[in-house]
Amino acid sequence: MKFKDYYEVLGVDRNASQDDIKRAYRRLARKYHPDVSKEPDAEARFKEVREAYEVLKDPEKRAAYDQFGENWKAGQDFEPPPGWQARPGFTGAEGFAAGDFSDFFETLFGGARGGGFTFRTGGRMRGEDVSATIRIPIEDAYHGATRTVTLEMPELDAAGRPVRRRRTLNVKIPKGITAGRRIRLERQGGPGFGGGPPGDLYLTVEFEPHPVYRAQGSDIWVELPVTPWEVALGRKVKVPTLAGTVDLKIPPGSGSGKTLRLRGRGLPGTPPGDQYVELKVVVPPATDAGLRELYEKLEREHDVNPRAKLGV
Amino acid sequence: MNERIQDELSGVVLDERVTFTLSEFCLACGVQRELVIEMVEEGVIEPAGRDESGWIFYGASVVRARTALRLVRDLEVNWPGAALALDLLEELGRLHGR
Repeated sequence: MKFKDYYEVLGVDRNASQDDIKRAYRRLARKYHPDVSKEPDAEARFKEVREAYEVLKDPEKRAAYDQFGENWKAGQDFEPPPGWQARPGFTGAEGFAAGDFSDFFETLFGGARGGGFTFRTGGRMRGEDVSATIRIPIEDAYHGATRTVTLEMPELDAAGRPVRRRRTLNVKIPKGITAGRRIRLERQGGPGFGGGPPGDLYLTVEFEPHPVYRAQGSDIWVELPVTPWEVALGRKVKVPTLAGTVDLKIPPGSGSGKTLRLRGRGLPGTPPGDQYVELKVVVPPATDAGLRELYEKLEREHDVNPRAKLGV
Repeated sequence: MNERIQDELSGVVLDERVTFTLSEFCLACGVQRELVIEMVEEGVIEPAGRDESGWIFYGASVVRARTALRLVRDLEVNWPGAALALDLLEELGRLHGR
């Protein structure tokens, strides 16, 4: 077991006041809270910060922790002094689930307990809810699919102690799901204690970046390269959709950046989303002799100033 | 590490098509009834229906309530503070095209 320097985690002195500790915690909690933070590894950082605060905010736990003195450095191998377990009075952390805190914490202060907000009737305790992200291709949201997710999850070992184990689940992706939605899998979270029910598993859906499609809710956006004559003359062009290729008639005189809507061609649902096609005019370079001649003819015979509105 | 593979699991998508009664909602969030009533009174979540016995909660409220519970516990903010953070987070999500 490695020693944890809780003062270092919160970035405070060993003689910091309780107010200093609270301030430091609140600042770090806002920075790393997994629900609000965009920092990578926010969750792991937040757990460390929460654990440090759980000890240092409580004068009794803090005094007990301080007995180890400042000679201990984070990461050093640590064993509690003999007889430590017999200390009465520590009740672990209220409102947290098993597995939330490190072995170091649990050895010194006891396991985390439910209570607080969570159900606890008698010795029964509902298991931990587990959240994870599932990244899928947009095509899976269109057709529906089954995806494999591998998660680390709390489980009970043979002796009934909570351990973290890797679990692989096959999860059904419902047709028409959009990014940011959560799928709730009842009773697939952490195990309950004392006959309590297991927690739930929440999967947040994210789409993998796609070379062609971009989703916005249930609408799909596609950038469609077109030639100047296709938009000027209003030609029929091919457009990819999640259901396959369709023909799209460009209204004559459309410009670059114009967006056309294919109703009901987005992700399925009631109502289904739409597909938006953004025209992007591509001007072929005048490397080909024939094309160069045509450009020169246009230049000679049609004196157009597209910058007239800019006054130049 | 042990690995277990299970059969295909189907979950429930928490959107406007799933609804919960008050007691189902309590179970889904893992909290006592009084706490849900408090969240409704403080405007964190808004069920349809006139009184407690007829309240209908939509799927997205489960996500909202669970996040609010974590924010209140971890950031030591009150319910209105959590509700404000949630509104801003949802707005941010919309701006990022979700």
